[in-house]
Amino acid sequence: MLNDIRYLVLEDGTVYEGYKLGAEGESSGEIVFNTSMTGIQEIITDNSYTDQIITFSYPLVGSAGFNTEDSESLLPTAKGVVVREAVEHPSNFRSQENLDAFLKKYGIVGISGVDTRSITRRIRSTGVMKAMITDSADHEDTVRSLESFELPRDQVERVSTRTPYISTGRGHRVALIDFGKKENIVRSLNQRGCDVTVMPHDSTSEEIMQLKPDGVMLSNGPGNPEDVGAAVETIKSLIGRVPLFGICLGHQLIALAGGASSYKMKFGHRGGNQPVKNLAANKIEITSQNHGYAIVEDSLKDTDFEVTHIAINDGSIEGIRHKTEPVFSVQYHPEAAAGPHDSSYLFDEFMDLMTTEGGRQNV
Amino acid sequence: MSKRTDINTILVIGSGPIIIGQAAEFDYAGTQACLALKEEGYRVILVNSNPATIMTDKEIADVVYIEPLTPDFISRIIRKEQPDALLPTLGGQVGLNMAVELDRLGVLEENEVELLGTKLDSIKQAEDRDLFRNLMNEMSVPVPESDIITTIDEAYDFVDRAGYPFIVRPAYTMGGSGGGICENEDDLKEIVANGLKYSPVNQCLIEKSIAGFKEIEYEVMRDSNDNAIVVCNMENIDPVGIHTGDSIVVAPSQTMTDKEHQMLRNVSLNIIRELEIEGGCNVQLALDPDSFDYYIIEVNPRVSRSSALASKATGYPIAKLAAKIAVGMTLDEMINPVTNTSYAAFEPALDYVVSKIARFPFDKFEKGERKLGTQMKATGEVMAIGRTYEESLLKAIRSLEYGVHHLGLPNGDAFTLDYIINSIKAQSDERLFFIGEAIRRGVTLEEIHDWTKIDMYFLNKFKHIIDIERELKENKNSIPHLKWAKKYGFSDRVIGHRWEMAEGDVFKIRKEEGIMPVYKMVDTCAAEFESNTPYFYGTYETENESVPSDKEKILVLGSGPIRIGQGIEFDYATVHAVWAIQEAGYEAIIVNNNPETVSTDFSISDKLYFEPLTHEDVMNIVNNENPKGVVVQFGGQTAINLADRLSEEGVRILGTSLDDIDRAEDRKRFEALLQEIKVPQPHGKTATNEEEALDNAHHIGFPVLVRPSYVLGGRAMEIVFNENELKNYMRNAVKASPEHPVLIDSYLTGKEIEVDAICDGENVIIPGIMEHIERAGVHSGDSMAVYPPVNLSQDEIDTLVDYTERLAKGLNIIGIINIQFVLSKDGIFVLEVNPRSSRTVPFMSKITEVPMAGLAMHAILGKKLSESSHAPGLQPVKPGYYVKAPVFSFSKLKNVDVTLGPEMKSTGEVMGKDDTLNKALYKSLVASGLDVKDHGTALFTIADKDKTEAVELAKRFSHCGYRILATKGTAAALEEADIPVVTVEKIGEGEETLLRTIQNGNVQIVVNTMTKGKEVERDGFRIRRESVENGVPCLTSLDTARTLIEVIESMTFNMDKM
Repeated sequence: MLNDIRYLVLEDGTVYEGYKLGAEGESSGEIVFNTSMTGIQEIITDNSYTDQIITFSYPLVGSAGFNTEDSESLLPTAKGVVVREAVEHPSNFRSQENLDAFLKKYGIVGISGVDTRSITRRIRSTGVMKAMITDSADHEDTVRSLESFELPRDQVERVSTRTPYISTGRGHRVALIDFGKKENIVRSLNQRGCDVTVMPHDSTSEEIMQLKPDGVMLSNGPGNPEDVGAAVETIKSLIGRVPLFGICLGHQLIALAGGASSYKMKFGHRGGNQPVKNLAANKIEITSQNHGYAIVEDSLKDTDFEVTHIAINDGSIEGIRHKTEPVFSVQYHPEAAAGPHDSSYLFDEFMDLMTTEGGRQNV
Repeated sequence: MSKRTDINTILVIGSGPIIIGQAAEFDYAGTQACLALKEEGYRVILVNSNPATIMTDKEIADVVYIEPLTPDFISRIIRKEQPDALLPTLGGQVGLNMAVELDRLGVLEENEVELLGTKLDSIKQAEDRDLFRNLMNEMSVPVPESDIITTIDEAYDFVDRAGYPFIVRPAYTMGGSGGGICENEDDLKEIVANGLKYSPVNQCLIEKSIAGFKEIEYEVMRDSNDNAIVVCNMENIDPVGIHTGDSIVVAPSQTMTDKEHQMLRNVSLNIIRELEIEGGCNVQLALDPDSFDYYIIEVNPRVSRSSALASKATGYPIAKLAAKIAVGMTLDEMINPVTNTSYAAFEPALDYVVSKIARFPFDKFEKGERKLGTQMKATGEVMAIGRTYEESLLKAIRSLEYGVHHLGLPNGDAFTLDYIINSIKAQSDERLFFIGEAIRRGVTLEEIHDWTKIDMYFLNKFKHIIDIERELKENKNSIPHLKWAKKYGFSDRVIGHRWEMAEGDVFKIRKEEGIMPVYKMVDTCAAEFESNTPYFYGTYETENESVPSDKEKILVLGSGPIRIGQGIEFDYATVHAVWAIQEAGYEAIIVNNNPETVSTDFSISDKLYFEPLTHEDVMNIVNNENPKGVVVQFGGQTAINLADRLSEEGVRILGTSLDDIDRAEDRKRFEALLQEIKVPQPHGKTATNEEEALDNAHHIGFPVLVRPSYVLGGRAMEIVFNENELKNYMRNAVKASPEHPVLIDSYLTGKEIEVDAICDGENVIIPGIMEHIERAGVHSGDSMAVYPPVNLSQDEIDTLVDYTERLAKGLNIIGIINIQFVLSKDGIFVLEVNPRSSRTVPFMSKITEVPMAGLAMHAILGKKLSESSHAPGLQPVKPGYYVKAPVFSFSKLKNVDVTLGPEMKSTGEVMGKDDTLNKALYKSLVASGLDVKDHGTALFTIADKDKTEAVELAKRFSHCGYRILATKGTAAALEEADIPVVTVEKIGEGEETLLRTIQNGNVQIVVNTMTKGKEVERDGFRIRRESVENGVPCLTSLDTARTLIEVIESMTFNMDKM
């Protein structure tokens, strides 16, 4: 019943003692928290968490287990998982293994038995910071090594597909630029009949337009949008030539391409209960979110973009649209997985846009 | 759309008396709603028949009517007050049914009253099984194969098509009244017939049973702008087949992946949108444990017990926001009242686990059928919050106050394995404890799963508890094991048991090792936003968020789950005490564990600790807060019982001293006191064993009233007439309460009088005197009571006042005292003294406008009564007559005898008030659910000892136009007195014609007095049950029958021939 001790050490020197979970070894990354109560598998396998240590604020993690269907990427790239309790005996008809086994399988280091609410509160007040999960009890040494540890900036490159591939369908032809896409974006497009070609993050506009797409989808992905400079150029040249729909990092990149700027949020939005107002419809949708960066509102002023969605709690920008061209994007995740399906209408809007505007490059 | 400015006055309908299926949660919802509407500037008119509620306080609504909840009376209020709108979705099923009725009668249209919240069509669509099923079919939402039936033949047709088992759900009933599962033809005959009878529209839904599916609930909200959110989802540990009110429930759900969760969330939101509900709604779903298949079970288009639970589980105040939505406000424009930094349009994120366990009345109704099914049987519930599932479950278990502290029964070793297994299979209310026993004995989880269909997830968690328990035993004094056990919710008591040491010794070790709980905030957002909610739960983690303020604090102990004998009245008193503490300038802190109540609304107190009311849990809070003192007078026996040990630990108990409480409760000391202050009591003695009891009884003379000391609600109290009965009783009673002696009193017949008073040590304020209608021997909680007394002479009143003052001063009462007297032919005797708040406090406070709980609390804090606006002594009599009538839930509890006696059986009460006594009586009878008719058929079956008295009553019924039926012996007595009577065959004689007469609806009133004996087989018992199950009022006290005939006489014209 009593497991081996392991520590979570934050950059600010806070130490949490817990138990070993998942893979052996130690791991450093940026510590963030997610408030979702379900969709643990989807979250851990979401490549947007590349190089991040995920703290689950909900205490019982993995109660419905892990299965072969719900992963959002082939290889999860999170740096660590922090939980109050890793459920040992999950139960669900699709469950194949528990959290510990799942993390071990992918070499992810975790820690259980810690006060995740306290960690959440600390991140909320101090902001996201570097952290390490380690078996070493020399915390001063750990903090020192954290201080010198640089967060990588090449996450997108590491998680994007290296070569194009197709997920077939009989409807609209969609080029999906993969910055670390969640599988459910592909599934959402396929479900609507789309013929999806997944393209590497550094594809040029020419490579993309060669596909004669009815629309281009810009996926979510990890890290700072400013670290993905090449994509911004690609997007600039795509605007006006083909309908564009961006999600999360894709949304930020569209904004950058349009001349706006981004900023790093104190602790971001991560969870499945984030209320967003659709300004045109004057309606609330509960959204799935996972972002640490956002668009600077003022920076949109002199661009061709306008705000379509805002987060009602902090007023931050959650969706934009080009004033004249068929380009729109949202900061949150209409593909859900994990999270509410309230925003799936955006895929339908993208479909409509492709129907009305899709053929324009052929004209 | 924004707030409506075209309406000013809003009528809110409450839910009436507390019954099984409709309890304190509607006081919580109604109170929140009224306050929310007032906050928005509306004038609120409230009608409710239940005087024990906070919502009927004048502070809560602008105008309060305590009147029967019938279309008749509500119509009168509507005509008088001319409200602009009616809000019906906060008063449970009663409120909803009233709205439907008022509309049907054209009252709403005639008076131009708009229905707020949810449209009537939507209510009908959700409530009417047929319409609902059609809607679901249109939406392609699966519902189990089912049929709407209005006759038994149609049920046979259904069986031909779909087969057994199937579930019967009567339309328009609450808590599944009259429903059940039919496994065979016998069940079909009984349950279907019952269901048709119980449904006010004689309609039942029968549906293919999907027992064994997971039962999942979604609490959803929607505003007029079509914004819709899910506040909470909950998983019932008990699969479909056991009423959700009786199920053990956990929030959030545990065994669904995001896929299933979002699938069910989408369905729930689609339904609330399709129904165009504006406010809160509860959606119950059945999910196949082995696939994505699901069915909709039902939808409640209103706030409910589940929504109260969801509010407390998440912090999100559903009723408050539902009320604001009803007047046009939208979710995105309302601030989340919990965080005050975010908006109401979001879905709460929990960072803890919540367990709810129902509280059943079978400690009082030992003969009641304990098998759980689709008919709710619980009177109340407890909730507990933890950071592990095990912690939340074990905290909930020790909140129940069953004398069970853990996952098992205290005498668990005593049961054979067969008995344990059968008890699990029987799905009784104790299943959880027997499952614990079974795991302890090595029964495999797979077997238990096969029997119960409880998900393996939960069974594994139960096993984990047993594993920890075993490891504790094997590792005595191991600190890591102690820490581990505390994190999983083990109490010191249980650890002490495994370590063979006292609870206090475990506490000492913990203190030395610094293993103390911390308190975490319930903030709706899993700490994502800063929040100042003063709502906390204890757990064993690293960071304590409940930082005590610098203010002086008073800790108030609540009354725990609602049970027979300790109902909503104690929550009323608790809340009033809190308000008084705040007025006096202190910080008021509440500890309670009942999610249904107003007191566990975090906005009531300065700080709410949602924790079990046990010594350990309360002491931990005391250690964290260091209050000036603890108040135990208002939380019923729950709080009083904690006082001793708290005091031993140096905690100051405020108000009446512990020693004086003991003097009131310890028989010998009480006798000494009475002699000293010269207040007479019936001759009585205490006995610690059978022999002593027999000796004493012979000395006093039969009949005697026997009861264990230290009990509430007259538990195990009986009148015994001879030696054999006493012997029999002593064996049961001593088993029921081994630590305390049995009291044996002379049983005096006479009028029972009840007085509540407030004392500050110097002066005594007596708001009024209540006279009971039923003679002494019927528990005061089950008696009808009249204010002001109508049969007392001034001398008698003076004596009562004198005795009350002597008792209050003699016991050095600081605070509140409740006294019951009997007025017998030999004078006035004191029967019982309770040095605490009583059931009648809200009733009397409302009538006399003496805010008793508040005054008492001020007195406890040192303010002299002489400073209050009320003069000492008996207060001047208020004009009018006020009658309290008990309300029972017998129809929901199989095999329970309805006969009134010294043991309390009612679950709630109503008040009738009017200018004349008969009008007030009429109202109270009607409000209690009795249909007072000026003609019909009355069945008399009367014990020999009562025949003389009964003849006179039968004559009066006959005279009014009632046809009289009687069993042979009774009929003979009636015929002798020239009363026209039809003799019916007794049971067992002929073809059970008597029972059939009742079943066929040919009897409107049954008057039955008991031949001695609690045996279920007795004819009387069967007659009484038959009437209850057929909705026929069964009067077991001739006093009640006399009252009824007096009321009928007063409303009937005389038809004497010339």
